[in-house]
Amino acid sequence: MIYAVIGLIFGIIGGILTPGFVPKIYAPYFSVALMAGLDTAFGGLRAAMEGDYDNVVFLSGFFVNIVISVFFCYAGIMMDIDFYLIVILVLGMRIFNNVAIIRRLYLKK
Amino acid sequence: MTVNNKHTRILIFLVCIILGFMITMQLKSHNQHQTIAAQRAEELTVRLKEVQADRDKLAKELDEYRAGRISGAAQKEMDELKARAGETELEGKGIIFTLDDSKQAAKAGENKNLYIIHDEDLLRVVNELRSAGAEAISLNGQRLIGSSEIRCVGPTVLVNERRLAAPFVISAIGNPQTLESSLKLRGGVIENFKFWGIKADVVQSDQVRVPAFKGNRTFEFAKMVNEDEKKEEKKEAVQTAENKKETAGNTKTADNKAVADAGREKPADQQKNAGGSAK
Repeated sequence: MIYAVIGLIFGIIGGILTPGFVPKIYAPYFSVALMAGLDTAFGGLRAAMEGDYDNVVFLSGFFVNIVISVFFCYAGIMMDIDFYLIVILVLGMRIFNNVAIIRRLYLKK
Repeated sequence: MTVNNKHTRILIFLVCIILGFMITMQLKSHNQHQTIAAQRAEELTVRLKEVQADRDKLAKELDEYRAGRISGAAQKEMDELKARAGETELEGKGIIFTLDDSKQAAKAGENKNLYIIHDEDLLRVVNELRSAGAEAISLNGQRLIGSSEIRCVGPTVLVNERRLAAPFVISAIGNPQTLESSLKLRGGVIENFKFWGIKADVVQSDQVRVPAFKGNRTFEFAKMVNEDEKKEEKKEAVQTAENKKETAGNTKTADNKAVADAGREKPADQQKNAGGSAK
């Protein structure tokens, strides 16, 4: 858990120190990717609490989810449909789900 | 935590770094986009205000022009041109030159006309003053401008369509020293006048006032020539040549007139020869 917090702090510092920002055209992709990353992280946390955490599953989930969500977003923009909203909606629901399970597991302890 | 082996820790650490980085970037970008929008709006507001101020200023200027008033640089330029054209009263260092008819009695058989001041005398004085760098000249309160005439009309002299009689007071603004010495030149105008007993005295003054031109000047025949109309200049050149011929004819008549004054002209000619190098 401490590693996760330290990693987050490092990442935030790195983000602050990085010059520039995401151009407005790529903002949807980036936000969707962020959602996917968060979803995977919470999924990993839940798996860890449930005791069936697996390195490969976690890592593949993290990157594949990001790539797929970005792809969805891209396809949506290509087809002029706001797919990224759907992606964010689904990912958001999953995050809520995961957090709810994590909360219950934590309360049961 | 159930998971505690080394690989997992490093993995979680890396993933969390990536997550943190992404979160920060997202926030930063969001803020940036907002600030850009705000900046743009601010910029546009400033620009709008500038343009509005500009517009108001121009509108005001337009009103002023319409009202016949001119502001700023145009006003300055106009003032200067007015001063050059003799539209304004001028004041400055210069000389006051007074001329009065000779009190000497004409000798028997001599032409009385020789002892009074003629238009030519005045012209010579004015010419001398101009060549000495006089910036503004007036003759008995008449400003001399480019179109001013000095012409004999019976016993009087016509200047700016006004009759003037002796004594003549010529006020000239310029370098007092230069002006005075130009008149007092050896063989110059004053020496010439002295010969005939015409009273001529020069007074240097720090405050010479030259009044404004009061006559009217309108172009009856002359027209402004635009750049486009320069092609027509050839025609005009021909006309000028014709005019020159005419002027030559006039000079001849003037010469005839001068012969009448020959008695008086002789000594003047001699003096001219004396100071011939000046001419």
